[in-house]
Amino acid sequence: MSQPLLIENARIVDPASGTDELGAVLVRHGLIAEIAFHAPIGVPDDADVINARGLILAPGLIDMRVFTGEPGKEYRETLASAGDAAAAGGVTSFVMMPDTAPVVDDGALVDFLIRRAKATSKVNVLPAAAITKGLAGQELTEFGLLQEAGAVCLTDGRNSIQSSSMLRTVMSYAANYGMTIVHHLSDKALTGDGVMNEGLFATILGLKGIPREAETIPLARDLQLAALTGVRYHAAQLSCAASIELMAAAKKRNPHVTAGVSINNLALNENDIGRYRTFFKLSTPLRSEDDRQAVVEGLRNGTIDTIHSDHDQQDTEMKRQPFAEASDGAIGLETLLAAALRLVHSGEVDLLTVLRAMTSRPAEILGLATGRIAVGAPADLILFDLDYPWQVNERKIRSRSRNTSFEGARLAGKVMRTIVGGKTVHTHVEEN
Amino acid sequence: MAHSRAATASTTPAGPSGDYPPFSQKHLLSIADLKQHEIIDLLDRAERMIPVSRQERKSHPTLAGKTQVNLFFESSTRTQGSFEIAGKRLGALVMNMSVKTSSVSKGETLIDTAATLNAMRPDVIVVRHSAAGAVELLSQKVGCSVINAGDGAHEHPTQALLDALTIRNHKGRISGLTVAICGDIANSRVVRSNLLLLGALNVRTRVIAPRNLLPAGIEHLATEVFTDMREGLKGVDVVMMLRLQHERANGKMIPSVREYYHFYGLDAEKLSYAKPDAIVMHPGPMNRGVEIDPAIADGPSSVITDQVEMGVAVRMAVLDALLPARNEA
Repeated sequence: MSQPLLIENARIVDPASGTDELGAVLVRHGLIAEIAFHAPIGVPDDADVINARGLILAPGLIDMRVFTGEPGKEYRETLASAGDAAAAGGVTSFVMMPDTAPVVDDGALVDFLIRRAKATSKVNVLPAAAITKGLAGQELTEFGLLQEAGAVCLTDGRNSIQSSSMLRTVMSYAANYGMTIVHHLSDKALTGDGVMNEGLFATILGLKGIPREAETIPLARDLQLAALTGVRYHAAQLSCAASIELMAAAKKRNPHVTAGVSINNLALNENDIGRYRTFFKLSTPLRSEDDRQAVVEGLRNGTIDTIHSDHDQQDTEMKRQPFAEASDGAIGLETLLAAALRLVHSGEVDLLTVLRAMTSRPAEILGLATGRIAVGAPADLILFDLDYPWQVNERKIRSRSRNTSFEGARLAGKVMRTIVGGKTVHTHVEEN
Repeated sequence: MAHSRAATASTTPAGPSGDYPPFSQKHLLSIADLKQHEIIDLLDRAERMIPVSRQERKSHPTLAGKTQVNLFFESSTRTQGSFEIAGKRLGALVMNMSVKTSSVSKGETLIDTAATLNAMRPDVIVVRHSAAGAVELLSQKVGCSVINAGDGAHEHPTQALLDALTIRNHKGRISGLTVAICGDIANSRVVRSNLLLLGALNVRTRVIAPRNLLPAGIEHLATEVFTDMREGLKGVDVVMMLRLQHERANGKMIPSVREYYHFYGLDAEKLSYAKPDAIVMHPGPMNRGVEIDPAIADGPSSVITDQVEMGVAVRMAVLDALLPARNEA
């Protein structure tokens, strides 16, 4: 079928094996066929040869939290436009949240989405199925049938299940099928009408605050129920120092609990809101700089397992509103890698740790074959220039929505080529 | 009774508009945007506007030919009325627009209304909105000056200016005084503007409220924070009471009006902890018997009606200051 592909003179960075060495990779039939360090690979006559010239060759990124507009809100984002954005950002697989219209709470819809994505999207789309019907937090969905249809995990997306007894049932039943529960943490009553982190800054702006306890209280409950039920549990996105402490303590006792963080909570803080900039209105809210640093430390010491974009497209009209009335969310597929590399360039976290959180860790949590450079693994690969300087410009964004929280940001690090299943789906084109 | 009437020692011979250099700002969105000298400048301008409303022909038509739109997304009797009278005494054509907002499309209405109004070419829009930051958002969508008449729990700059003018006229100065603000601190825009303004003028500020009506970080905005009213009122020069929304005293935030009044209502006994010549203020509308004893509200220490009078002067001064700046720009 496809022509063999040889990528040579690459700096191969593979977090799964801890590799950071010059070498070459041969791809055949969409899989990694051979890896060689400091030694030539026999080049098949018909091979397509890419000279990487020292660029980093890494596993394609796996983004564990992406909201799409398809089905239901295609004007915001389709699987195709999200796929274009992902490919440009070096994301070769993303987990699609079930918060669509209709909600992904039925096996037939999972099956449809997988086919639809194969036909229209440049990257792998991995549907997550709803935990409860209609994301209403009341009735279980058919976990087993959803898993058979291809759902990679269970989550209620933006919704947080409030009832402790419901969660206990959910976790026990998910453990039955070995499925991972990914849970967004938000105590509804404590969050109330809050629209940003509670504190001096919210008080000055006259905005209602969301206390950190709206996250830590459900997290503490979830971790106890996870221990009780033995479920594989992933805290969707942590934002504050107290959550990192809770998570670190739980991990010492329970190997089945993991945690993610949104790139926004790693790279930004509440001060970015400035004077009511709604592109920074997010759920999970941006917290203080102290919290951001605690989350970075959590990433460094392994308390945080994964980094995702929390790509959540909102049309401009929903954002050009008074802060409290604007919708939550920011897009992030195209900026995920470069924003995460900020932590590398600033010396806060090393390159392997940052990449691990977007490649092998999500793969392990979701049980995927991709996310590593190993013989036999799918050839989902990216070539990127670690230092390439660029500035985010909303007009050049590939998503159908432009609500980026990195507008105008100067970033270093750019994906030069994205390969999915051995096929190049994106190459960087220099602009004049 | 000595201070039941504003003492207006306006000795300057110049007319109310004076010969001030042009005001440097296009909008008045928040006290936070003003430097100390700009605050004092506005107070001085307001001082000179006071006589206009006390003369028989209450007219000082520096804004003749200008159009002022009062755009109120939240109902308000006194603030809207005050701005209307201020504009009319300055000779502006004043239009009042009260916009009923549906919960779904508030923002849409805001931006749409801004664009529509802008096309009618007003010179100034006075805006009140229930959402913090809404007035600033609107100011970005129109070409004319915008005055914030209250945005959510954020700011109410003309209220803080009129409070300062009232204090200055009664006390002869502002700097060095101690001012206590009591009541629903968490939900009040008046508090935020006042703390900023008084802070800029070197006033010692105290806030007094039960803990659940104190917002996070308030200790960084006020000089001192008290939960006991008698402690908080000790030796203060000025007592500012805030309105307690009835819906907060229904057991959700505060158990009852009875308990609130017992601990935080201003009566003669609690007021006795303040300086003997302390003045009592309230931005209105008052809940007599909830946050304030009627005998205090209508008593000799009260300067509440003076605040209303100073409100017109301050709004005339702000309108007069902003509009020429527009023309120079």
